[in-house]
Amino acid sequence: MKVLVPVKRVIDYNVKARVKADQTGVDLANVKMSMNPFDEIAVEEAVRMKEGKEHHAAGTATEIVVVSIGVTQAQETIRTALAMGADRGLLIQSDADLEPLAVAKLLKAVVDEEKPDLVLLGKQSIDGDNNAVGQMLAALLDWPQATFAGKIVIGGGKATVTREVDGGLQTLSATLPAVVSVDLRLNTPRYASLPNIMKAKKKEIAVKAVADYGVDTAPRLTVKKVTAPPTRSAGIKVADAAELVSKLKTAGVL
Amino acid sequence: MAVLVIADRDGDTVRDTTHKTVTAALKLSSDVDILVIGQGSKAAADAAARIAGVRKVLLAESAGLGHQLAEAVTATVTGLADGYDAILSPATTDGKNFMPRIAAKLDVAPISDIIEVVSNDTFVRPIYAGNALETVQSSDGKKVITVRPTSFDAAAEGGSAKVETVAGADAGKAAFVSEEMVKSDRPELGAARIVVSGGRAMGSAEEFQAVMDPLADRLGAAVGASRAAVDAGYAPNDYQVGQTGKVVAPALYIAIGISGAIQHLAGMKDSKVIVAINKDADAPIFQVADYGIVGDYKTVVPELMKALG
Repeated sequence: MKVLVPVKRVIDYNVKARVKADQTGVDLANVKMSMNPFDEIAVEEAVRMKEGKEHHAAGTATEIVVVSIGVTQAQETIRTALAMGADRGLLIQSDADLEPLAVAKLLKAVVDEEKPDLVLLGKQSIDGDNNAVGQMLAALLDWPQATFAGKIVIGGGKATVTREVDGGLQTLSATLPAVVSVDLRLNTPRYASLPNIMKAKKKEIAVKAVADYGVDTAPRLTVKKVTAPPTRSAGIKVADAAELVSKLKTAGVL
Repeated sequence: MAVLVIADRDGDTVRDTTHKTVTAALKLSSDVDILVIGQGSKAAADAAARIAGVRKVLLAESAGLGHQLAEAVTATVTGLADGYDAILSPATTDGKNFMPRIAAKLDVAPISDIIEVVSNDTFVRPIYAGNALETVQSSDGKKVITVRPTSFDAAAEGGSAKVETVAGADAGKAAFVSEEMVKSDRPELGAARIVVSGGRAMGSAEEFQAVMDPLADRLGAAVGASRAAVDAGYAPNDYQVGQTGKVVAPALYIAIGISGAIQHLAGMKDSKVIVAINKDADAPIFQVADYGIVGDYKTVVPELMKALG
């Protein structure tokens, strides 16, 4: 089974995003960037499918192709995935911050070329927080989708996916080829070993331009402004539980 | 301009996330219809018809719609889309699952998790885990929007809209296998008036239950947890409050042994009154708490139980 894993280069999840003074966006100058954490989990799962780790049979995945759409430096993100165990990479270079619809259209074009059996990707990126690309890609391909995966079992031409939903878990069976978006608790991604980091330097990363795919990536949304959320100010410290209860009663919440 | 709201069905009724989404929809237009999707959903459709301000309720039923599968929901909604300028759903896991699929089929950019309607093409939504708010204007003819329920008041009851049946699509290439829903007598986390949340300080699943459950039962509260507590296995996944879990905004939120990571604050900072109990006086949770007690939960929680009587 060939697996395509789209990955995004985003602000590192340990860095607090700060809004630019001119309200045009978030300041990313000199900020540490990393692979979107949900995408890292998708890469890890694909590699486990290849290695036969956990419940996956060895060779469940035979080839793992990683694709990123973004600036030149997104090659570093692809290189991280290659060091984790992916086989080759593709960068579709774009300096514009493309919307999920445009990303899904580009990924559809990549799927048409690569013909994977499974597209495995993070449920959302931690910058735009849209939670949309996987579902939109599935729609454009007319493939089934299984979002928010907490467990994935491949077998019998299907992906059986346990999804993390409000109130509990739901298990679906999707006929391959399918798009599966992954949630936080699917696995804990590995740190690449030094030998694997060295090996990854020899792996191929093809570089293409958005224009090579001939799809409409024009934005549909205009960002009018980006502002900091209202801050909540610290209240008071109370001495003990009795004082707390009396304050809460006065506030009318007990 | 007409707006279609996709209901969040709960058995024979609809959750109040539906009422809240109707409030957002009424800011766009006075012509708001509700679509109730499922199998055996007539009672839920009747419940939706009682929401004030609703023009009519559409009921779509099929075997494939019973579990809100994205493929069947998308085929049903796109079949109705011609009559609407905007399609809204609460940003529940179901809404987040099918709305982008609907948007892609209609070739429009979805607008996720809005917290404010500025005008009928401009909306505010959180980005970067709530560390920034983005105001976006859509140029699409049709808007496909998910609504963060905690940011809108619930529309009142008292309507008497009529219910019409529409065609429900069948399942596609994905099939429902099973579900495992957490059964609890406590209120649902997303809808509870009081939430008590525990953090990693609890140290074990047994301790988490021993501390949190009696307090929740005493207060009639839902139990939540920080991501750290969930990751450590002290609390189930669906307890998680935060950007990657549930976003809650109860009247009272009590954080116990939670330091207050950005990720957690993003999920609860819109609560009306926040209480923090933590032995570290410098914990960031105190910066958003209305009332704080610096102390070990092991002594503070029993005292709190006593003070509550």
